[in-house]
Parts: sequence; C-alpha cells; structure tokens
Amino acid sequence: MKSFTLDHATDTDSALSALRGGATTIAGGTNLVDLMKLQVETPDRLVSIRRTGLDTIVEDQDGLRVGALVTNADCAADQRVRTSWPLLAKAILAGASPQLRNRATTGGNLCQRTRCGYFYDTSQACNKREPGSGCAARDGFNRIHAVLGTSEACIATYPGDMAVAMLALDAVVLTQGPNGAREIPIAEFHRMPGEDPSRDNTLKPGELITAVRLPAPTGGVQIYRKVRDRASYAFALVSVAADVSMEGGRIARCSLAFGSLGTVPWRDRAVEELLVGETPSPALYTKAADLLLKDARGFGHNDFKIPLAARALAATLHEATQG
Amino acid sequence: MALPMSRASVNGTDHALPADPRRTLLDWLREDLGLTGTKKGCDHGQCGACTVLVDGRRINSCLSLAQLHDGDTIETIESIGSADNLSPLQKAFVTHDGFQCGYCTPGQICSAKAMMQELSEGWASAVSDDVTAAPDITREELRERMSGNLCRCGAYSNIIAALEEVLADAASERADA
Repeated sequence: MKSFTLDHATDTDSALSALRGGATTIAGGTNLVDLMKLQVETPDRLVSIRRTGLDTIVEDQDGLRVGALVTNADCAADQRVRTSWPLLAKAILAGASPQLRNRATTGGNLCQRTRCGYFYDTSQACNKREPGSGCAARDGFNRIHAVLGTSEACIATYPGDMAVAMLALDAVVLTQGPNGAREIPIAEFHRMPGEDPSRDNTLKPGELITAVRLPAPTGGVQIYRKVRDRASYAFALVSVAADVSMEGGRIARCSLAFGSLGTVPWRDRAVEELLVGETPSPALYTKAADLLLKDARGFGHNDFKIPLAARALAATLHEATQG
Repeated sequence: MALPMSRASVNGTDHALPADPRRTLLDWLREDLGLTGTKKGCDHGQCGACTVLVDGRRINSCLSLAQLHDGDTIETIESIGSADNLSPLQKAFVTHDGFQCGYCTPGQICSAKAMMQELSEGWASAVSDDVTAAPDITREELRERMSGNLCRCGAYSNIIAALEEVLADAASERADA
C-alpha cells in the first residue's frame, strides 16, 4: 500500500470536515483496503467513520432507517428487516461471506466498486481506473460484464446484491454534505458510465452517506434469485429482486430490479407496467423479458446473460405469483 | 483526531495498536505480536485463512486496518485451544480428519466458533427457507455458513462432519441441563 494518513472522526461534523480536506471515507474497508493493496486506489488521506454513531436501525412512520455503518450481517439479522423487508435480508445473505458481511457496511456496500478484472489489473487499460486509457474488457474476457447501460468507455457492472434489493424496495439514500442534507432515491444513486466511468455514483465531493431509508413495507411476496457460478460466495451473473402482490389471480403490483445485468442496479418501469393487471403465464414472462432486454447487447463472452436474464425473470415471476 | 496510542485486547492481553496505518490486523497479529496461528492465504478476503473474532464476530483480518480496532476485543486461534488442551471443535476436527495440510484450519475453527454463535442467535442464511424463522441446522446450512473458508485439500465433508458432532454434543448438553 502507498502511504496515507488515517484520522478517526468522532461525529458526522468531524467526518465532513475531513472530507472537505480531501480525505477518503473508510468504514469496514473490505473493498477499499483490497483496492489499496493493489494500488487501484491510492488515497493520501483516510478518515474512519467507525466512531460516528451511524450504526443504528430505527423504525418510524416513514419506514426503516438503516444507518450507514450498520453491518450487512446486522442488517440481515434485524428482526424488523427479516419480517417486513425480507427481500433485503435475502439479498444481503446471498452476497459475500459471513466474515465479509460482519465487516461490510450499508454505506460502503453501496459504494463498492466493480469486480471487472481489468479495473483490478493496473497493467491494463481501464477508463474507470484511469480515464482516457481505454477499455480492455470490450475485446477481452467479458463474461461477467454488463449487457445493459454500457458505453463505448465502459461495460463494467455494479457487482453487489444489497443495492439491487434496495432498488426494488424504493429505498432512499440519505447524505450530509457541504450544502447540508440530501435525499437521493436509490434509482438515481448509481450512475451509468457514459463518457465518465470513473464516477460510479452521484455523491458529490465531500458528501457522506448517513443512512438508507426503506419506505413502509408493501406486504408483497419478496424474492431474491441469484444465478452464479458457485452455490455460495460468488458474485451474481444475473440476479432478480422481486416484490409482487397478487389480486384475484392477476398481478396487482410489482417491482423488479436486476443485478449484474447492467452497469448499474437495473430497474425498468415499463416492464412493471406491462405486468400489472395481467394473469401470470409463460407467454407473459416472455413478453416482459423481451421488453426488458430489447436494448441488451453482449460483447462475446457475456452474450449468455441475455437468455439467462429472461429465464431468471420467468422463474422469479413464476415463484412470486404461484401460491 | 489521530489516535496514535489506541489499544486493543488480543486474547485477553492489552496491546498498543501499530503506528503505521497501513498495518492490517493480520500482519499486526502475526508479525508484531508473533501470533502466527492466524494464517495469510490470499490476503484479499477470498479464502478465510485469516479469520479471527472481533467482539465475538468473525472477520477477515487481512482486509481490516489494525488502527481501526481501537477498543476492540480480538480472539485468535491461540485463545481457542492449545496442543495440550484442545477445544471441542479442535478435537472434532482431529476425530473426523477435518484437514489435510492444515493451513486453513485455524481460520476454519475460528469461523466455526463464530458460526455456532450466529446459529444460537437465530441468524438466517442464504439457504434458509424462511428468513424470519430460526434456522434448522442442516448439512446444507452448515456448508453455506462455512462458505467463507476455502480448503484447498477439499476436506469439506469431514469439516462438516466435525461441526455436526460438536453441534449435536452441544444440543444434548442443553437437553441434559
């Protein structure tokens, strides 16, 4: 690792002050320390927010507020989350390993970086790591890469599970920054690469995630289906987060989010509108998948993700609407 | 804001944390404190050989900066048992051949100890049918819950057999009590 200084913020104000001075936030460090060892990230200055008290889960009339420092393990073990937002618990438990979930935090997980091998390999071209250097993934080994939301500059996925569930649950990211507090709907949190893949999200300089708010539970059937190369402890090839309510044999309401399919956690409202009011059937699932994937484009090794996503969607909708 | 004299408890002994912020918890334990029972495998949080307990929870010590452990209580394999005084988990690993080369074993044992605590607290896993309910202790559950610890020798089946024995013994002790 390159040399850096490490300060310990004792509250949100001291953290924000360090961020204004150019520090990078560290919480659990499970992704950042790894990237620092590889010198993919080389911050001069870190500020630890571990002692800022942002580690509580509070329920109120607006829903549930999960502090930025709540670990993935504690979030998934919380009885309120398990009972009312089981999709979130399921998605978290499908990710990483128990050891990592004990250290990884809610805010940090949202900010984790892609697992594109060319982003990790500093000898390779990568516009996300080194803007303007090119993209070695487009013509390289791109089996894990995105088929939606890509650009000439970047085809890397956001790799996580937690944020995919949060997207289906209409979560809101709460921040504090130089201009005060801000609420960012999670659909607007991750940004597609466009011409500037170096910025993964819409956080502004000096801005700190303080919590994620989950709106009141929908009472729908909540399913997280993750397809991956190993049965456990592997990133998704495709994942589907679903929250579906039925009424009289028809889909009354549904929200669907997809992981490792696009460059960002993916949600397509037109697909949900197509499904609402309809009677579930294989033909309907095919129509929904066709709409979801109409702009999908593979890069060779990842072409399989397009039919895989269609099948994962059909299987998820079948499970969510039966019984 | 800097806390150069911050301290942590390691296996019951109070220690000053290292001055260099780059020091990982793993390197501090092994190289500064001489606690070489904790192993360095991949050094990237992928293999679990470096698993230790922090405030009773298992973590990958290779991915954690030592200075972030101010005030924490850390337990390593050295606190769980010794060659002369094996813990029940260690005895079961011997009985069931839960290892070949043994390099992953300290991490497996530390991980298993914390895993049993998680089970007793009713944590669900990715293979639990119902995340709202207390988990059934099935072989499938144990495999999922130990998936953060890789074993290059492939002793997985015997590791699970060892864990089943320890969990069954603990259950019968509770029934007797």
